[in-house]
Amino acid sequence: MYDFTGLIQGINKWLHSILPAVAADVVGWILIAAAFLGLFAILGLVLVLAERKIAAFFQLRLGPNRIGPWGIFQTVADAIKLLLKEPVGTNRADSFLYNLAPYFVIIAALMSMSVLPFAKGLHAYDIDIGVFFVIAMSSLGVMGILLGGWASNNKYALLGAMRSGAQMISYELSVGLSILTIVLLSGSLRMSDIVASQSDYWFIFKGHIPAWIAFMIFIIAGTAETNRTPFDLTEAESELGAGFHTEYSGLKFAFFFLSEFVNMFIIAAMGAILFFGGWMPLHIGGWDGFNHVMDFIPPIFWFFGKVSFLIFLIMWFRWTFPRLRIDQLLTLEWKYLLPMNLANILLMAFIVLMGWHL
Amino acid sequence: MSYFGDIGKGIKTLLSGMKVTGKYFLNARKEIITQQYPENRDTLEMFERFRGEVVMPHDENNEHRCTGCQACEIACPNGSIEIVWDRKVDEETGKKKKYIVNHIYHLSMCTMCNLCIVACPTDAIKMAKKFENAVFDRTALTKVLNKPGSKLMDGVEE
Amino acid sequence: MKTEELIINPQGKTEEYFINMGPQHPATHGVLRLLLTLDGEIVRKVDADLGYIHRSIEKMTEFDTYRQIVHLTDRMDYLSAHMNNEAVCLAVEKGLQIEVSDRVKVIRTIMTELTRLSSHQLWWGVIGMDTGALTTFMYAFRDREMINDIFEETCGARLTMNYFVPGGLMWDIHPNFQKRVKDFIKHFKTKLPEYDTLLSDNVIFRKRTEGIGILSKEDAISFGVTGPGARASGVRCDLRKKHPYSAYDRVEFKEILGTKGDTFERYRVRILEMWESMHIIEQLIDNIPEGEILEKTKAVIKLPKGEFYQRVETARGEFGANIISDGKKSPYRMKFRSPGFSNLSVIDHLAKGWKVADLVAIMATFDFVIPDIDR
Ligand code: SF4
Ligand code: SF4
Repeated sequence: MYDFTGLIQGINKWLHSILPAVAADVVGWILIAAAFLGLFAILGLVLVLAERKIAAFFQLRLGPNRIGPWGIFQTVADAIKLLLKEPVGTNRADSFLYNLAPYFVIIAALMSMSVLPFAKGLHAYDIDIGVFFVIAMSSLGVMGILLGGWASNNKYALLGAMRSGAQMISYELSVGLSILTIVLLSGSLRMSDIVASQSDYWFIFKGHIPAWIAFMIFIIAGTAETNRTPFDLTEAESELGAGFHTEYSGLKFAFFFLSEFVNMFIIAAMGAILFFGGWMPLHIGGWDGFNHVMDFIPPIFWFFGKVSFLIFLIMWFRWTFPRLRIDQLLTLEWKYLLPMNLANILLMAFIVLMGWHL
Repeated sequence: MSYFGDIGKGIKTLLSGMKVTGKYFLNARKEIITQQYPENRDTLEMFERFRGEVVMPHDENNEHRCTGCQACEIACPNGSIEIVWDRKVDEETGKKKKYIVNHIYHLSMCTMCNLCIVACPTDAIKMAKKFENAVFDRTALTKVLNKPGSKLMDGVEE
Repeated sequence: MKTEELIINPQGKTEEYFINMGPQHPATHGVLRLLLTLDGEIVRKVDADLGYIHRSIEKMTEFDTYRQIVHLTDRMDYLSAHMNNEAVCLAVEKGLQIEVSDRVKVIRTIMTELTRLSSHQLWWGVIGMDTGALTTFMYAFRDREMINDIFEETCGARLTMNYFVPGGLMWDIHPNFQKRVKDFIKHFKTKLPEYDTLLSDNVIFRKRTEGIGILSKEDAISFGVTGPGARASGVRCDLRKKHPYSAYDRVEFKEILGTKGDTFERYRVRILEMWESMHIIEQLIDNIPEGEILEKTKAVIKLPKGEFYQRVETARGEFGANIISDGKKSPYRMKFRSPGFSNLSVIDHLAKGWKVADLVAIMATFDFVIPDIDR
C-alpha cells in the first residue's frame, strides 16, 4: 500500500517512451530538481511561519496575524520583500567570496535533502552511503558561513564565523557518532535500508537505552549544527549584532535565513529516519488491529508528522533556553557528549553482538 | 561521580524550564495578553487620569473658563503654551479687563507633565484621553484651544 | 583583503584589535558606545564613550522652577521615575523645611517600591534576552504591564510619571489603587517562582553567570558602585535601611546582601529584592493613613540660600539630587549623582580577561539605563 515506486517508474517509462533516452533523462532530472526547489521554497515559507507562530504562543503573543487569515501569508510577503530589496553590501568586502558564500550554504542544504526518503519509493537518490552523504554535505554548509563571515570584512561577522567554525567541527563529531550508533543497528548506510529495517519496531525502541542516549545526543548536536539557540553563537544577536550575516541583506540574507530553516528540517528528518522509523507507521507487536489502522495512514504523513514533532522540539529549546558561551559549548561537546557517545557506541555494539536488539 | 550527577541535575533544570514554557504554550489561548490595537479602538478606554493632550472644555454656549491669567504659560517648563491676550473695557464697571484672544498650545513640545492643569486657577484646561496624536504635518500640532467666537463663562472670575 | 596585506606576526602572537560595541548595539540597551579591545574573544579593555544621549538636564534645571525640575528627572532614569522625582521633592522639601503628611510618605513609599518591582522585572526580561533566552522578556512584560496599569490609573502616565511634587503628590491615589496593587502582588507571587525556574535554576544560565566578573567589596567601594551591584559584594549600602526617608523607617524588610560578588550574585540580589519590595508593599497597602495630600507652598517656590542634598535608593543604586540655591526661583546649580555613571566605571575592571559574552552578562547585571548615565 502507498508505494510510490510504481508511480515513479511509470513516469520514467512514459518519458522514455515519448522522448529519446538522453532527453528523457534530462527531463527527469529537471522534474526532480523542480520538485525539490518547490519543496525547498514551501519548507522555508512554512517553517518560518511556524517558528514565528510557535514562538508567539510560547511568549504569550499572537504572532503574525495581519496578512491573510491568521497571518498565513506573512512569510510570502516577507519573501517578496526580501526579493525586491536593494542588496546593500560593504565596499571593502571580498566581493567574489562574499557573493559566493550564500550559495554554498543553500546548495549544501539542497544536496543533503536529495537523499532523504519521504515515503516508500519517494526518493531522489537512494545512494548506498546516504547517511554519510548527509554528514559530508552539512560540513560543506559551514564553509559558506565561514566564507561569508570572513569575506564581509566586518569584525562582528568574523567573530561569528570563527565561532561557527569551532562549533561545527566539534559538533559534527557528535552527530556522526550518534548516527553511527544507529547504523550499527541497521548495518547499512543506505537510507532506504535503515527505514526498511525498522518495519517492525522503530530503532528508538529496538536499541533500548543506548538508542535513547544516542537520540538525545543527536538532537543536542543537531541543534548545534543548525546554529539555533541555545547554540546560536554564530548569530548571538545580543553579542554580535547579527553574527556572520551582519553585512548581508536582501536575497543573500534570505538564503542564509532559509538554509537555517531547511537545515533544521534536514536534522529533524534525519532524526525521524534514524530513530523513529522514517515513514514507517507505529507498530506494536501482537496488536494486529492497531497495526492495521496505523498502516492505513499514508507514510508521507508519518514522515512529516515525525519531522514536525522533532522540529517543534527544537523550537521549544530555542524559546526556553539561554545561550551558551563559546568555551562552554566546546566543553559540552568534548567533555560530555563525546565520551558519552563513545561509551554509547560500545554499549550498542555489545547489544548488537548479543542480538538483543531484535 | 559528580560528573554524572551534574549531567542529571542539569538536564532536570532544563526540563523544568521547558515545562514552564510548555505550559504557557498549551494555555496560550487563555494567557495571551496582546491587545490588537487598531481593531479594538471602539472598546479601548484609557484611564480617566490619562494624560494625552491639553484641551479646553467649552460648554454648549461656546463658553470656556479661561481668563487669560497666564498662570499655565508660566508653569509650563518648555513653553508649550502661549497666551495671546488683550484688554477691553468692561461695560458694567467701566474698568479695563484682561481677556484671552488665543490660547495657543504646541502639542509637539508638550511633555504631558500636567503642571499647567494644576496651575490653572479656574480649571479652564484639562488633560484629554486622546493619544493618537500623529499627524502628517507638524503645524497641525500647534492648536488654538479656545474655539473661535468663544467667550468667558459668566461667574468664573468671582 | 589580499594575503600580502594580512598582518603576519612573526612571533606567532595574537594581535589585539578594537571593536565598536554601540552606539547601536542590542546589548548596550541604548546609545552607549563601548570601545572594546579584544584578543580573539577575550576582552582586554573596555572604554566607555558617553554623550550620545546627553540632554544637559543639569543645565536646564538652572532655568526651571523647582516644580518644573521634577518632571525633567523622569527622563533620566526612566525606569525609576518615581524615585528620581522623590529625590528632588525631598531635597526641595528640605530647603523649604516642610514635612509632608504620613499619607504622602506612605503613598510615596508604595509607589517607589512598585517602581523598583517594575524596573527589576524589566531587567529580568532583559538579562534573559542578553543571555539568549528571548521568552523571558515577554513574561516579564506581562507582569510589568499590571504595574504600568496601576501607575496609569493613579498617576496618569506609564513611564514619565511626574506624580510627586514638592510638598506632596499631584493627586490622591485612585480608588482602585489598593485593590489593583493587592491583585498584582497576588499574581506576581505565583509568577516569581517561574522566573527562578526559567533562569535562576537553569544550568546554562548558572554556568554563564557563576564565578564571572567578580567584584570585591573593596573594589565596589572604591569605584563607588551602589545598588544591587554593590550589595552582591557585601557592601551595606541600602539607603532605605541606612538613612531611611519617606516611610521606610516604619516598615520591616531585609537588606539583601551577597557575598561572592559575581554575576549570578548580582542577579540573585535583584530577584530577592523583588520579594522584599512585595513584602514592603504588603505592610503598607492596607494602612495608608489619612492626611493632607499636598502641603501648602507658595505659588513660586523659592529656596533659601544654601545647599540641599537628598539621596534615594533607586532600582540601580544611589541617586542623589544636590541643589545649590541662591535664593531665587531656580537653583544656582543642580547636580545629580546618578548610579549608572559610577556603576559603568567598574565595567572595565570586571570584564577584563573575560569573553565578549561575559561582558554582555556583566553589563546586564548592572542594569544600565543610558539616559541615566548621560543625563
Ligand atoms: S502638560 Fe506640561 S508641558 Fe504640556 S503644556 Fe502643560 S505644562 Fe506645558
Ligand atoms: S488656561 Fe487657566 S491658567 Fe491658562 S490662561 Fe487660562 S485661566 Fe489662566
